[in-house]
Amino acid sequence: MSKVKYILGHFDDPDVMMSGIDQLQKSNISIEDVFTPFPIHGIENKLGVKRSRLPIAAFCFGITGTITAFVMIYYMLVVDWPMNIGGKPAFAFPDFIPVMFELTVLFAAYGMVFTFFYANHLFPGRAPRVMDLRATNDRFVIAIDASLNDINSVDAVLKEAGAIEIKHNERKYISYDEE
Amino acid sequence: MSSHSESIIREPLITGKAISYSQITEDVCAPVERMPSKAWWIGFSIAVAGLLLWIIAVSYTFWNGIGAWGLNKTVGWAWDITNFVWWVGIGHAGTLISAILLLFRQNWRNSINRSAEAMTIFAVICAASFIVAHMGRPWVAYWPLPLPNQFGSLWVNFNSPLVWDVFAISTYFSVSLVFWYTGLLPDIATIRDRAQGLRKRIYSILSFGWNGSVKTWQRFETVSLILAGVSTPLVLSVHTIVSFDFATSVIPGWHTTIFPPYFVAGAIFSGFAMVLTLLLIARKVLGFENYITMAHIESMNKIIILTGSIVGVAYGTEFFIAWYSGVEYEQYAFINRATGPYWWAYWSMITCNVISPQLFWFKKIRTSVTATWILSIFVNIGMWFERFVIIVTSLHRDYLPSSWAMFYPTWVDVSIFIGSLGLFFTLFLLFLRVLPAIAMAEVKLLLKGSSEQSKRKLIEHGHAALPEGYDGSIEVASAKN
Repeated sequence: MSKVKYILGHFDDPDVMMSGIDQLQKSNISIEDVFTPFPIHGIENKLGVKRSRLPIAAFCFGITGTITAFVMIYYMLVVDWPMNIGGKPAFAFPDFIPVMFELTVLFAAYGMVFTFFYANHLFPGRAPRVMDLRATNDRFVIAIDASLNDINSVDAVLKEAGAIEIKHNERKYISYDEE
Repeated sequence: MSSHSESIIREPLITGKAISYSQITEDVCAPVERMPSKAWWIGFSIAVAGLLLWIIAVSYTFWNGIGAWGLNKTVGWAWDITNFVWWVGIGHAGTLISAILLLFRQNWRNSINRSAEAMTIFAVICAASFIVAHMGRPWVAYWPLPLPNQFGSLWVNFNSPLVWDVFAISTYFSVSLVFWYTGLLPDIATIRDRAQGLRKRIYSILSFGWNGSVKTWQRFETVSLILAGVSTPLVLSVHTIVSFDFATSVIPGWHTTIFPPYFVAGAIFSGFAMVLTLLLIARKVLGFENYITMAHIESMNKIIILTGSIVGVAYGTEFFIAWYSGVEYEQYAFINRATGPYWWAYWSMITCNVISPQLFWFKKIRTSVTATWILSIFVNIGMWFERFVIIVTSLHRDYLPSSWAMFYPTWVDVSIFIGSLGLFFTLFLLFLRVLPAIAMAEVKLLLKGSSEQSKRKLIEHGHAALPEGYDGSIEVASAKN
C-alpha cells in the first residue's frame, strides 16, 4: 500500500489546466479540488459545482434589514412616543425610507459576507487547508485523491495534459506550524 | 475567460514585455516584504507629525469645547462640516472604482481598486472624526443612536437628515470595510504562503485560512458582485443624505433640490483627484508603472473632466434657479457668494473646479504625469473651497444685517484640518507597508487577455493586425513608460 494520499498536478497556465481537467475526466479520474491564484471562469460547470445560493441569502438578509428598520422607526415614532413636529403626521413614511435603505444594505452586506465565511469556514486564526504553497502565487493545481484513482495512470494523464510538475503528497495539507 | 483575447486596439492594462504570474506576485509583494525605503520614512515622519498635531488640536477641543474654534452665533458651522463633507466626498471615488466600475465591467479598475478602497476607509475615518469633534461633547456621541427613553423622554427624530446621516455614514464605513477586507483575503493568503516565521503566523491569522479552492473562488466572486451591487446605490445615497443635511433646511443657498446629484458628482470628482494624488506617487515609489499605466491615468482624467463639468453646470444652474425663483433672499445669497466678502473663496472654487480640469481635454496634459498630479491638487483645493463656500457664505449673512459676521479660523481649526491630513497619510502609508496595494488576483486575471505582451503575441502570430497608419495604442503605452 502506497503512502501517497494526494496527487497534485501543477499547471502554469489556466487554459492548459482547463483542458487538463477535460482529459482527466475523459479518463474517469475523479478530481478532488482545484486550487488557483485567481478565479477561473467556467470551471464550476466542468467540475459540476452547483451555483452559489449566496444571492438568496443576501436577499433574505436585506429584506430583514428593511423590516427591522421599518418596525423600529414605526415603534419609536408612531407607537411609543408620537411627537408633534410642526403638526406633521407621526407616521411620515417618506422620512423612514433613508434609514430603511441603509439598514437593508447593511444587513445584506454583513449577512451575506458572514454566511460566506461560515460556509467556507473562513475565520481569523483558521489553519489554512492548503495543499501547495504556490497555488496562491502562480500555479494552477489540480488535486486528485490517490486512494480513489490509480496513481500511475493519473501521472500519465497529467503529464500528457501538460502539467509542469506532479507531486505525490503523503499528507493532505501543508503544515503551517513547521518552520 | 483568459482564452478570449481583447481587441488589440484597446489600451493594454498591463505593460511590460515579460510579465508572468509570479512576476506580478513579486512586484506587488515587494513593498510589503522589503524594509521601508528612505522615501517612505520621510513621508511617514511628516504624516506622523501631522497626526500628533491632530491629536493635540482635537484634545484641546475636547478639553475646552468648540469655543476653541472660530465659530460665532451666525456662522455655527464652518471648517468642521467643510472638512467632514470634503473627506466623505474623497472617500466616494474608492467605492465608485470598486463597485460601480465592477458593475460596468471596467477592467482597468482591477489594479487601482485596492488602494482606492483603502483611501475610502481612511477618508471616512477622517470625516467621522469631524462629526464627533463638532458635537462638542464627544463622550455623549452615542446620543444620535436610537436609544431607549432613560436618556430623555424622546427617541431620536427619524425625520431629521442628521439622523439619516448617522445611519448612512456608519453603514458606508462598515460596508466599505467588509468589501475591502473580503477582497484582501486571497492576496493576504499569497503573502502568507511566501512568508516565514512570525510574519507567516500573522498573515495566516489575517488570511482567515483562505485556500483558493473552486468553491471558495466561486462564492468569493458572488460576494464581490453582490457587494458591488449594494454598494453602488449606497455610495449614491451617502452623499445624497449628506447634501440633505443642507437641502432640507430653509437657509438660502442650501435649500435647493439640485444638491443630491451635484454633491454626488462633486464627491466623485474630488475622490478621483485624491486617488491620482496618491497613486501617481505610489506607482513611482513602489515601482507599479507596469500595472498602473498611462491608460489608467488617462481614464481617471476623463472621469475628472466629466464630473468637473457636471459640477460646473451645477454651479451655473444654482445661479439660474436663484434668479428664476424670484426669491430675493435666494438671489442675494448667490450674488453675495460671487461678489461679497468671500468672493475670493468663490472664485478659487470656480478656477480650481470648473476651469482647471478642462485642461484635460488636451491629450498632452492628460497623459502627463506631472500635469495630472498638479491638476489633481488643484481639484482637491477647489473641492474644499466648494464646501467652504456653500457652508460659510450661506450662513455669514442671514436675514438680520445686525447679526452679519465673518468667520476667522483659530489655530485649532487650522491644526485639526492639517492634522486630519496627517491622520490620513499615516494610515495610508501604513497600509502600503503591510498590505498589498494592488489586488494581485484581479490583475493576474487580466494578464492573458489585456496585457501588452498578449496583444503583441496576437500580432506576431498573425491573429490580428493594426490598421494602416494606426498610431497603435500599444506603442503609445509602452513608449510612455
